[in-house]
Amino acid sequence: MSVRVLVQQAAFDTGAETARLSSLSEQVGGMGLFIGQVRGGDGLLSLTLEHYPGMTETILNQLAQEAMQRFNLLGCTLIHRVGRLEVGAPIVLVGTAAAHRAAALSATSFLIDRLKTGAPFWKKEEFANGHTAWVDAREEDEHAAAAWMHTTPSSS
Amino acid sequence: MTGSVNILYFAALREQLGRESQRVTLPSTTMPVAALVQELRQHDAKLDEVFAGTPRIRVAINQKLGGFDTCVQAGDELAFFPPMTGG
Repeated sequence: MSVRVLVQQAAFDTGAETARLSSLSEQVGGMGLFIGQVRGGDGLLSLTLEHYPGMTETILNQLAQEAMQRFNLLGCTLIHRVGRLEVGAPIVLVGTAAAHRAAALSATSFLIDRLKTGAPFWKKEEFANGHTAWVDAREEDEHAAAAWMHTTPSSS
Repeated sequence: MTGSVNILYFAALREQLGRESQRVTLPSTTMPVAALVQELRQHDAKLDEVFAGTPRIRVAINQKLGGFDTCVQAGDELAFFPPMTGG
């Protein structure tokens, strides 16, 4: 199966995920990889990620299938962690494999942009002073996701 | 003939309401989400307060994003949540 979607608490193995994409087909000419991690600052200790079990997996699979067709990918991987993650911890891995770099890179951007506002995840911040707050959706994230609705598929 | 729907709440909505789900009886066979919400708010002060104080509430019907004009019927699973913040 060339699409791999996982929602899990456990950390992921970036090397193993890249190796899987690399060996999917001898047609693979390049891979795109994005890893999101918990950004620190302002006394942030951790993020706790909540999701909607069932719906999350469905949406991530739909996004992956859309990317496969739109960018003519040979494979892609979406792994999103949930639960409490401390500053510096990896949250999400987006990996793509394609014949050429443009498709791999574009598909990686497409997937992370669409995932941020289109999949049912929510982040709660926990600070060193004990304060907690739900993260607000950022307008620029919604614009980034919407921009993919108005662009044509990559031609490479 | 009426039935019930199961409603789930996530993230800030779940915390503010102090509940993660509730089963409610539909007053009619089928109705738009907006009408059901209005009905619930009339009978539930806490729900009314939280919905009034939360901008941009999203809704999913049977785990699919929908709108407040989407119709629900008996057996459906509804979910309300704030804008999503993954990645």
